[in-house]
Order: sequence, then C-alpha cells, then structure tokens
Amino acid sequence: MRLYAIVAAGGFRRHATYRVATAAGLFTNTVFGFIMAYTYTALWDERPQLGGYDLSQALTYVWLGQALLMTCSMMGGGFEDELVERIRTGDVAVDLYRPADLQLWWLAGDLGRAAFHFVGRGIAPMAIGAFAFDLAVPASPLTWLAFLVSVTLGVVVSFAIRFLVALSAFWLMDGAGVTQLAWLVALFFSGMLLPLNLFPGVLGEVARALPWSSLLQVPADVFLGTYEGGALVGAFAFQAGWAVVLLAAGRLLQAVATRRVVVQGG
Amino acid sequence: MAEAVRAYGLIVAMWVRSTMAYRASFAMTAFGNFVATGFDFVTILLMFSHVDALGGWSLPEIAFLYGTTSTAFGLADLVLGSMDRLGRRVRDGTLDTLLVRPVPVLAQVAADRFALRRLGRVTQGLLVLGYALWTLDVDWTPGRVAAVPMMLLCGGLIFGSLFVAGAAFQFFALDAAEVQNAFTYGGNTLLQYPPSLFAKDLVRGVTFVVPLAFVNWVPSLYVLDRENPLGLPGWLALLPPVVAAVCLGLAGLAWRTGLRAYRSTGN
Repeated sequence: MRLYAIVAAGGFRRHATYRVATAAGLFTNTVFGFIMAYTYTALWDERPQLGGYDLSQALTYVWLGQALLMTCSMMGGGFEDELVERIRTGDVAVDLYRPADLQLWWLAGDLGRAAFHFVGRGIAPMAIGAFAFDLAVPASPLTWLAFLVSVTLGVVVSFAIRFLVALSAFWLMDGAGVTQLAWLVALFFSGMLLPLNLFPGVLGEVARALPWSSLLQVPADVFLGTYEGGALVGAFAFQAGWAVVLLAAGRLLQAVATRRVVVQGG
Repeated sequence: MAEAVRAYGLIVAMWVRSTMAYRASFAMTAFGNFVATGFDFVTILLMFSHVDALGGWSLPEIAFLYGTTSTAFGLADLVLGSMDRLGRRVRDGTLDTLLVRPVPVLAQVAADRFALRRLGRVTQGLLVLGYALWTLDVDWTPGRVAAVPMMLLCGGLIFGSLFVAGAAFQFFALDAAEVQNAFTYGGNTLLQYPPSLFAKDLVRGVTFVVPLAFVNWVPSLYVLDRENPLGLPGWLALLPPVVAAVCLGLAGLAWRTGLRAYRSTGN
C-alpha cells in the first residue's frame, strides 16, 4: 500500500514539473471554454431549459468539462502512450519483474497525475469561467465532497479503459491507432462535446449507460445537484460498477497478455 | 525555395513508406482522423435536433462555415501539422542534427513525422462542404463560385502561417506547444460557428489581431449575402489573398528570428 502511495506521489510530482506546459494548457482550456460558452449561450437562448439545464447550469457544464478534460483524460494524455511504448520496446518485461502489480502500479501513477491535473488544470479554468459568466456553483460543502468522490471514480473508470487500450499493444505492437480511437470515443461519449442529456432517443440512453459517462456527465450532474439521496448513491454505484468491471477485464487481459508476452529488442 | 520543396517531398515520401509498415494502425488512425472531425459535426447536428437556427444561421449555412474552415485547416495540418513537435526537438537537442544538414530547417521540421492519416480530416471537411453546397439556397454568381476555392487556399495559408509562427514561438517558450493549439485547433472550432454568436470584441480580435476571420467568416458573409456583424464593408471579402500573404511574410520573419535566437541545449 505504501509503495503505491509513493508511486502516486511520484505521478503527481512528475506532472507538476512541467509548469510552462501547464500554463500553456490552461490558456488553451480557457480559449476553448470561451468558444463553447458562447455556442451554448446561443443554443440555450433558442431553447431555455434544454436537457433540463438552465443557461447558467449549461455554462457551468462547459467549464467543468474544461476543468476535468485532463483530470479524467478525455483526450488521452495519461499513462497509456508510455505503457504502449514500453510494450513495443519490450521494456514492459522490467515492469513485470517488479515486486508490484502491473495494473495497480500504473493506476497509482495515474491517480497521482489526475490529482495534479485537478489542481493545476482544473481550478483555474473554473475560476476564470466563474469570473466571466454566471455559473451555478454548489453552496453545500457536501455537494463539493460528493463531486470529489464522483471525479475520483471517473478517473478510475478512465484509467481502466485506457489500461485495456494500452494492453492491446501486445497484439498490435503500434498502439497509435487504438489510443486515438479510444480518446475520440471518450471525447464524444463522456459528454465533452455536448451534454449526454441532449443526445436524442436511443443514442442518448446508450450514451448515458456507457462507462464514458462516468468521466464528465455524472460528475457534472453531481456538481449541479441533479442527484439527491438515493439517486446520488445510484450515480456512485453506476461509476463504481463500471470501474470494477473494467478493472477486472484489464486483469484478465493482462493475464492473457503476459502468458504470450514476446519481449522485443535486445 | 525549389530545393526546400524537393527536400520536403523526399522526407515526406520516406515517412509515408514508414507509415505503411503498420498498415492496421494507419487505417485506424486515418479513420480516427476522419471520425475526430466527424464528431465535431455530429455535435452540430445534435444541436440542430433541438433548434432550427443558431444565432440566426441555418444548418446548411453553418455546414458551409464548418466545411470551409475544416478543409482549410486540414490542408495546413497535413502539410505543417508536425511543426508543434519543434519544442520537443529543442528540448532534447535533436534540432542540432537538422541544423548541420544541407537542407532548410523549416522543410525538415515540417516534414518530420509526416502523417498521411491527416487526409482523414481533409476528406471529412470536403464532405461537409459538399453537403453545404448541395443544400444551400444561394444565387451562385461567378464571384461567389470563385470565393469557395479561394477560401480553402487562403484559409490553408493563414492556418499554415499560424503553425509556422507557433513553432517559432517554441524557440523561446519550449514547453508551450499547447498555446499554438489554442489558435490553430481553437481557431478552427471558433470558425465552425457563425460570428453572430460571439462577443463583438472576440470578433474584432480575430479580424484585426489574429486575422482568422479571413479564413471563412468574412468571405462567407459575402457568399451567403449577410451583413458583417461589426458593420465592416463588403469589399473585405476580396482581402483573404492579401491577408494570407501578409501572414506568411510575418510567419517567415518570426521563424527566422526564432532560428537565429536558437541556442543548443548542448548535449
């Protein structure tokens, strides 16, 4: 346990090193936040109460998306490129040698990364958004706490998916294709481009049931106070359920992959 | 110049051959590129499942904006999309290798890791543009017809200048590749929506400071016979070639300044 805490702390520190890159990323998040905020304003001007949100809730959703983009790795950019590269070069053999579990090792590192991005890339866009627009920020500290729990579960679900994606490199060798497809799907089905409750009919129902909704839609709804009491427990259970299922799938795939591991390079 | 283009062509050909070594990955990334931009447009379609107009603009009109900017951006991204790796090269010192070769550095950096998969974005942009041209109710005068290819070409050049200027900026701010994304990818997203949606100051900024408005907003107002939201005169629609030329000149200057200021990390 102590080991994984150290790995997580290492993940945090490692990403905290890139200060200029963090500032540059914040700038980009802010630019996109403004563009989306204006398009959503036009949309909600035409149809107030669209998807059950009022305008200020919709704008809050936009800035939450920018704040969580890196934390929940909705466009990739977590550990997966590195793991793919280690599988491709054969360095993964060293990881398998370590007296630590492969999946937990990378999960710990990714949680540390997410924690840094939550602080470094999350707070500032939210503050800028709240300064420029009228946002619906929860008053109750309990809602904030619930939001933190939901984001954490979102990070674990996101990790579990990306771990599966990275392991595909054992078979494909070059992971560029799947990683890209994976983040595209994540971008769309997390609700990053448009809230999932605006998706019509069956597409909407499917999108809301898929694991990616844990990355943004569920945490955002928790933040906006959509869930209360039993419904909140239900939302957590939904996220935790996907986390368990996907982590288990990752374990299974890991077992299969390591049995057929071909160490590349020399 | 001819030598630079020839070198660019040779390096690009090499990367294309190398890409084809992993065919499955190439097929997936090209398709991914196609879908990536596709999702943008699906988002717009989903919006239009709830409304008939956005900021007073119809779906075919927005598809026209989307198609023109995506194609122009896609062309620039195809040719110069690798420029954002410059910061990494400066950081790890591999830029020095490019400096000692008897080939212009710009051609080498631009062709480095040339990604043919980016054709996916161009294809998708052209498809949406085709849909827009098919469904738009416009009186197609010769001037309006000529404006469309002009937008793609000049738009591509304006975006291309941003890629080069962004790379030049990385000579000074090594880790700041993302700032460039705000202008390139961010600009592309901005131009997919009508100018009437945005605050006047933002529209002024992208008209007079970073002249993205000349990629498609300004000429589209002419093609679609709409008033300029800033009340600017209609003859501005003739300006994209001039704006593109000025942008290219400034980007070239920025690149030279950056390259002169470059100091190796020394490893």
